[in-house]
Amino acid sequence: MSGITTRWRAALAVLLLLAVLLALVTWLNLRGEEPLQPDPPTAAAPDATLIARGAYLARAGNCAGCHTARGGAAYAGGRGIDTPFGTVYAGNLTPDASGLGGWTAAQFRRALWHGRSADGRLLAPAFPYTHFTRVTRADADALWAFLRSLSPVAQANRPHALRWPYDSQAALAVWRALYFRPGAGDDGLPANATDQLKRGAYLVNGLGHCSACHAPRSLLGGSGSLGDSAGSATLPGQRWQAPSLTDPAEIGIGRRPTADWVRLLKTGLADHAAVMGPMAEVVADSTQHLAEADLQAMVAYLQALAPASAPAPTRLPSRDAVVMDRGRQLYADHCASCHGPQGQGVRGAYPALAGNPTVTLPEPGNLLQAITGGGFAPATAGNPRPYGMPPFDLPHDDLAALATWLRASWGHDAAPVSPVQVVLTR
Amino acid sequence: MTRFLIALAAAGALHANPARAADAPPPHTAPDTLAQRLQPCMACHGAQGKASREGYLPRIAGKPAGYLYQQLLHFRDGRRQNATMTRLLAQQTDAYLQEMAGYFAALDLPHAAVPAQPAPADLLARGQALATQGDAARKLPACSACHGTALTGVLPATPGLLGLPRDYLIAQLGAWQTQQRRALAPDCMAQIAQALPPADVGAVAAWLAAQPVPAQQHATISAPVAAPLPCGTAAGPGGAATR
Repeated sequence: MSGITTRWRAALAVLLLLAVLLALVTWLNLRGEEPLQPDPPTAAAPDATLIARGAYLARAGNCAGCHTARGGAAYAGGRGIDTPFGTVYAGNLTPDASGLGGWTAAQFRRALWHGRSADGRLLAPAFPYTHFTRVTRADADALWAFLRSLSPVAQANRPHALRWPYDSQAALAVWRALYFRPGAGDDGLPANATDQLKRGAYLVNGLGHCSACHAPRSLLGGSGSLGDSAGSATLPGQRWQAPSLTDPAEIGIGRRPTADWVRLLKTGLADHAAVMGPMAEVVADSTQHLAEADLQAMVAYLQALAPASAPAPTRLPSRDAVVMDRGRQLYADHCASCHGPQGQGVRGAYPALAGNPTVTLPEPGNLLQAITGGGFAPATAGNPRPYGMPPFDLPHDDLAALATWLRASWGHDAAPVSPVQVVLTR
Repeated sequence: MTRFLIALAAAGALHANPARAADAPPPHTAPDTLAQRLQPCMACHGAQGKASREGYLPRIAGKPAGYLYQQLLHFRDGRRQNATMTRLLAQQTDAYLQEMAGYFAALDLPHAAVPAQPAPADLLARGQALATQGDAARKLPACSACHGTALTGVLPATPGLLGLPRDYLIAQLGAWQTQQRRALAPDCMAQIAQALPPADVGAVAAWLAAQPVPAQQHATISAPVAAPLPCGTAAGPGGAATR
């Protein structure tokens, strides 16, 4: 008798707990969301100024980067974005019936701010509404005006190829309950920060969605924040790593003047670095189109977030003299003619390797990618005819020796690279 | 807040520090030429882009500019598949790709002698027949009908077929059969390749790869006969200009 009562009580308790959890997840999903209000019909068509502003903001958010398939019509969607949970296919943003043709401005704002589709379904967070939730009403309306001004392209959206359970609305609801907070969020700035820093924070943490790549994600794909993260983030489906923008042991954004980084984002090439891999795409499609003042604000904000001094140097294993000799020889044979005998580079052509953050990142993956893959900096208005680097398909041992030598030369003091690391990262 | 102030102060201090400039090494220089800018191309396509026909990679020196430009667009935009080419070209503009094409097209460099390539006589005879006469029974035009009587190409965008490695020729016909290689619609070469049985692919590639390149190696101004089938490529680049 008492056994049955206990069992019933336990069952009731579990049910109650489930109901409370469900209510919590639902509340966490819906908080901060206002009911959709149809926009008052506007008499005049959106003016050219608003559309131009929207086009600029679309560049800042690099919407076309994901929402354009390779060789496909701009903004018509279809590009597959690799995630650890499967592939997400970006949607058609053009005003065709297969795209956003049937959407209202209010539904578009809800997608940006709350990650929900026109019909209310939860969107996969590969669409960075976690960042776009900071976008102002005025900017959201400008973006909408711009997207409405595009030529309609009939291209049906491709369904995502996500594994169970990540393809379910319930999984997305739990993810949102864990990782999504609508609204402005904390930029890590004091209340009396300058307007420039606030503008930088708005662009970096909002449309720019820098931390989508530049902060490590949790096991379930929760995005970290720029200021608190340390170390590089490995990009899903790629061999490239996105270095931390604020960890002084990584690119050391505080160790160079703002202008150097602005030049890198504006042209793809600075004296001390060239952008490569996925960042080359970001510069080509997004940052080169931004105003200098906005780039200055973004860099200034990141510099303000970065701790001032580098951490105390760690005790590195001693470097093998034979390996170092081999590395020096390889540099003289293959690299010095372009990058200079002292790694000084050629202004406007080849980035310096002395002081180049890619050379000394704690993880040598990007350095090895650069050597073995070569490539061109992105062609930009500021660097329209980039100089290229041939791919160097060196044996593992040679690659390790060259990387080790580069990481110990010209005042560098980064850990040696072993042939095993080369095999694992190649 | 404290961290923020320290960061600002340190950033200011660093910007004022002239130590780095004092012991800077002497500046290094690079020639302001396309040959220097395009070094990655030479790494695989040979010095000056004149890869020999012994390996796999095609010679690009002297091919029609329109043809080269179309191929660069195809690699960048996914109509031709090669991971290295795609990676190199992904973030390059139409204007720069056109300049690259023009540079290699303008190179006028001699071809090396044909290396000995043992092939059965009947295979070569079949290849010659296909290349110069086609196969009326299967409605296959001769290669020479579009690529020029001397097979050195036709301006503005039909490439020459001589001086290329046999493996490369086989791979291209195979890629057209499986739609791994595509050209602008109507894709005449896809139609032709898909009508070729495997033995004929081998035959025509073997014969083409065994021919010397004539002293007048340039593409001709116009095709010898009216185009036997509609070809999106022959008219020259128009292409999918996206940037």
